[in-house]
Amino acid sequence: MTRYLVLARAFLASDLQSDRVVPPSGFTARLTVFAAAAMAFLAVFALALSFAAGRLSDRWSDALAQSATIRVSAPQDQIDRQVSAVMAVLETTPGIASSRQLPPEETQALLAPWFGPDLPVETLPIPALIELVEGGGGFDAEGLRLRLQAEAPGAVLDDHDRWRRPLVAAAGRMKLLATGSLLLIGAAMAAMITLAAQAALAANGQVIRVLRLVGARDVYIARAFVRRFTLRAAGGAAVGAALAMIAVALIPAGDDGGGFLTGLSFEGGEWIWPLLLPLMAAGVAFAATRAAALRALKGLM
Amino acid sequence: MIELENVSYGYGSGELLTEMSLKLAPGSFHFLTGPSGAGKTTFLKLLYAELMPSAGQVIAFGSDVRSMARDDIALLRRRVGVVHQDCQFLDHLSLAENVALPLTVADREIDTRELVELLAWVGLKAQMDSLPPALSGGERQRAALARAVIMAPDVILADEPTGNVDWEMSLKLLTLLVELNRMGKTIVIATHDMNLIRSAKAQVAARVLRIKGRRLHLAGADL
Repeated sequence: MTRYLVLARAFLASDLQSDRVVPPSGFTARLTVFAAAAMAFLAVFALALSFAAGRLSDRWSDALAQSATIRVSAPQDQIDRQVSAVMAVLETTPGIASSRQLPPEETQALLAPWFGPDLPVETLPIPALIELVEGGGGFDAEGLRLRLQAEAPGAVLDDHDRWRRPLVAAAGRMKLLATGSLLLIGAAMAAMITLAAQAALAANGQVIRVLRLVGARDVYIARAFVRRFTLRAAGGAAVGAALAMIAVALIPAGDDGGGFLTGLSFEGGEWIWPLLLPLMAAGVAFAATRAAALRALKGLM
Repeated sequence: MIELENVSYGYGSGELLTEMSLKLAPGSFHFLTGPSGAGKTTFLKLLYAELMPSAGQVIAFGSDVRSMARDDIALLRRRVGVVHQDCQFLDHLSLAENVALPLTVADREIDTRELVELLAWVGLKAQMDSLPPALSGGERQRAALARAVIMAPDVILADEPTGNVDWEMSLKLLTLLVELNRMGKTIVIATHDMNLIRSAKAQVAARVLRIKGRRLHLAGADL
């Protein structure tokens, strides 16, 4: 650990001389800063997407998994009888913590987004809705369906599983894609910095030959290039990450029903992750430039 | 100090240098002559491990250069100062920074007073802040010599150091190299300038080696 601290301190502070022996490389330096900034910008969004997908997946998996709905559709004169039959069945079904029939105003509120507030929904043949909450061990959905079929033929159990499962899978896949995108962004940045470093090394062939001639070791020569590209990548990534964090923060916040896009943000401790991107960019640039430099130097005596 | 034992070197299928043996004793002074293309530069490159022999051994300061790691070769070059014919410099650094470059890359402190003294010795004190492209051929050769000696190397190799300068400047450079030899440095100068060799032999006991027919011969009797 101490060794790494010493290396890091030497890398950051002590070797401006080795940086100076390589002439300023305008184009490759600007390319590195731009590539790092662009990649960090994209990485912040990929991170936000990953976190948002994770949250969505958790919500769909956990919250909705605890509840189910029974819809009772029957002629008006039979609805009350069938609802009572359903409630009686639920009271004797193990694994159900509570159940209640939604009052007309709640049912109306659920339908309002679809029909508008002015439609007299009370005049429509609306099915009765019964919400039930699972107990600790859960209930046997298939068994309940069979009992409901016998006691209240108009009752249909919807345990949300049918639509919840593909949504959870989709959210999980989206999280995976976001994580994959992050890795691809890192790899693309490494490739771009490697190309920029190789261009700088090729453009400075004579400088490297002179340095070797006067007794410079490979690590000394490599350090001049590595330091330059690492600091530029970190600087570019800091700017890109900062801009993207501002952009993410400016996305309007939504309520629970606000949908997926308004959830594309960071919550609490998640804001630390984009702050780590400049460090990660510096790490990628360090490794990519060092490998390119040492590989190029091996070809020279 | 540096010893060649039956060293051969070839490019591809052809052999340029064949079975050369030589011992560079401390404080010795050697001229290396031969027609253009005979392999003088290649011979010097073998001495500071820029090229590796295809056969035989180059022993530098007790170690076979072929078994040296790259870092060891870098360390070897701190003990062997080289003046190239084309005198390559870092054009973005001043003359003083270029001359001090061996110290910089060795992470050694630069004593400004000593650096100025060295530049004055080669007659370049006034140009110390100039960039290399602004220097004349003779100034570049003297700057290269200053850079070659700043680490106080044991051996100084000069490849046609007077190739691009007039006779007056050639004698000045020769005088500097003779002074270094009197300070105990081993000197090897590759040149085809016989007048320069004759001038040197008037000042110092120099051996003259000639590359002829891919082999190394002692050529003192020719002069």
